[in-house]
Amino acid sequence: MHFTVSDLVLDIVQNAAEAQSRVVTVILDESDTQFRFIVQDDGKGMTAEELQRALDPFHTDGIKHPHRKVGLGLPFLVQTAEQCDGGWDITSKKGQGTKVTAWFSLEHVDTPPLGDIPGLIRMILLLPGPQELVVQRTLNRARRQASYEVRKTELQDVLGDLEEAGSQVLLDQYLHSLEEEE
Amino acid sequence: MAKMTLEELRKLRDSKKNDLRKRDTEGKNIQVIVGMGTCGIAAGAKVTLDAFLKALDEKNLVDQVLVRQTGCMGLCHSEPTVEVLMPGMPTVIYGKVDAKAAKDIVEKHLIGRELLDNLILDRPAVDIINTK
Repeated sequence: MHFTVSDLVLDIVQNAAEAQSRVVTVILDESDTQFRFIVQDDGKGMTAEELQRALDPFHTDGIKHPHRKVGLGLPFLVQTAEQCDGGWDITSKKGQGTKVTAWFSLEHVDTPPLGDIPGLIRMILLLPGPQELVVQRTLNRARRQASYEVRKTELQDVLGDLEEAGSQVLLDQYLHSLEEEE
Repeated sequence: MAKMTLEELRKLRDSKKNDLRKRDTEGKNIQVIVGMGTCGIAAGAKVTLDAFLKALDEKNLVDQVLVRQTGCMGLCHSEPTVEVLMPGMPTVIYGKVDAKAAKDIVEKHLIGRELLDNLILDRPAVDIINTK
């Protein structure tokens, strides 16, 4: 099982990145009572039947992993959201893309820890596949507020190859700083 | 830490690049590839990746190594899995790489140029590995 909500998010964004997408947009929204995320891609999408099958833990498309007998990313998400007084919604159009939304109550005893959000954003930006990855983050708690957007192409422009360990160390510093107040 | 702007990030990067010119650059041929499929993430691959970045930073190797994320490598029973490509050494896939193992890989494999036999999952050739 995934340990943190960030783990669940990364798993879903990875699905989007592996769906032949050109652009993947992730929204991370956090308040004192709720955490919500949206992953929108412009990849190959699914028909209504494919979507139903994707929610089945014993289904996998047979292409990504030829010997695999389970596909757990979406089932994990659904189970966790429903257990935490949250919810989820998936819409998809074949040939156009998919949008996955999920939310969790932060006041529920079963909600997993959120995890390291800047670390999550860094790993999202490093997923191979899409030309552009955009992350929009809003934090609206009583004691902390932040609101920012980061784009892979902008960061590549500033740092060069993001896969260089050096770039990732700097990126980690930068992303952590964005969570601070001005 | 105050909120950084993209300009400040660029300046920080440029300052590090100046230091690099003084060092002997071998080129970015060393690659550490971390499996980040559902299995990897669930097994703690994010912690493993962070541990690699930390160890590389401490040993001043950040400018010589690429750290890449990949999907599942099909070795889910031994996640987190890490593939290490280094010129002059056989390409190896290590299994069950936790934060400590990540540090060991940086120190023993990347710096010491020694294979960590007990962590190897995918063997290049039997006679290279010490199976005692």
